Amino acid sequence: MEQGKTGKEALTGMKQEKKRTKLLQLFLTFLKIGAFTFGGGYAMIPLIQKEAVERRGWIQDKDILDIVAIAESTPGPIAINSATFVGYKVCGTAGSFFATLGVVLPSFCIIYAISFVLRQFEGLQVVKYAFSGIRAGVLALIIKALVSMYRQCPKGVLPYILMGAAFAAVAFLKVNVMLVIAVCAVIGLISTIAAKRRGAQ
Amino acid sequence: MILLELFWTFFKIGAFTFGGGYAMLPMIQSEVMAHGWMTSTELVNFIAVSESTPGPFAVNVSTYVGTETAGLAGALAATLGVILPSFIVILIVAKGFEKFQNSTAVKGCMSGLRPAVVGLIGAAAVSVGQTVFFPAGVSLSALLSVSCLISVAIFVLMIILALKKVHPILIILLSAAIGIAAGYLQAA
Repeated sequence: MEQGKTGKEALTGMKQEKKRTKLLQLFLTFLKIGAFTFGGGYAMIPLIQKEAVERRGWIQDKDILDIVAIAESTPGPIAINSATFVGYKVCGTAGSFFATLGVVLPSFCIIYAISFVLRQFEGLQVVKYAFSGIRAGVLALIIKALVSMYRQCPKGVLPYILMGAAFAAVAFLKVNVMLVIAVCAVIGLISTIAAKRRGAQ
Repeated sequence: MILLELFWTFFKIGAFTFGGGYAMLPMIQSEVMAHGWMTSTELVNFIAVSESTPGPFAVNVSTYVGTETAGLAGALAATLGVILPSFIVILIVAKGFEKFQNSTAVKGCMSGLRPAVVGLIGAAAVSVGQTVFFPAGVSLSALLSVSCLISVAIFVLMIILALKKVHPILIILLSAAIGIAAGYLQAA
């Protein structure tokens, strides 16, 4: 009896030890991913694939596709979505917490440090000139992102109408962005349900 | 009070962004600029800083705005706010992921959201374009000014490079170099 109990306790102890190691590994892995991804978002996916699939064997290649799909259909930054998702798969809610903390920490610390010098730098003439050039470059990066998102977007009459309406509503009529997002989601939902009903008949 | 406002504003930004990276821009423009936490020029400058430092844009911008507005506590409040919606949603969804992914509700909403996001980024691009080409307001004289023409030239060159998949950091460095050269030439 007595022996059985200690054996059980030892087993739970080992399990806890193992869990602790896994949480630490999750934290460190995502710390690394957070520290070495520039630009965030999709740039993070290959790194997650390398670390979580190839190196740790936590998840499989097909899970990566799930991560991309889930990140696209849930709100929030892709980095946070994927860290939370992988963390959960590996170690439940605690895993989510440590993976997300890891992925956030590098950029939080770096930007916190930078924010103290950025304003002072911005006063320098050479930096002003640099930023006036950079702003034109940033616009080019945004247009590039726009083009690639357009390419991935479903095409058709309704998508084009929604695209144009969302653009005009915000660019010219200054409608609230959240309202536009909510209305477009509802229109998409109604049209999908309607199409399904037509298909069923 | 300011901490709560930072948290809530960035919570909304986190909850209403679908898709990564620049998909967040329209929400940040409308929410952060409406609070007067950042001017349009500062935001565009910060996009460049964010592209050149590691980590997701959302976390970078929430940390920066939070710090500028209310120090370390502000940075924590804003960053927590932007993270929380996706953290909570993923925890809920992770268990029944396939059911979630294939549900008519999710598919339907996404079919409306995807094109909307394209339109919204387009609107964000127009607003950034105004900041880049007409910092002092749209007018014919501004259009014909040397600084506007330089910006147009840099923009055209960089969009060619960007579409050829040149790395964003290289694009930022090149734009900076041309900006500096043009600035000093103009001053001389």
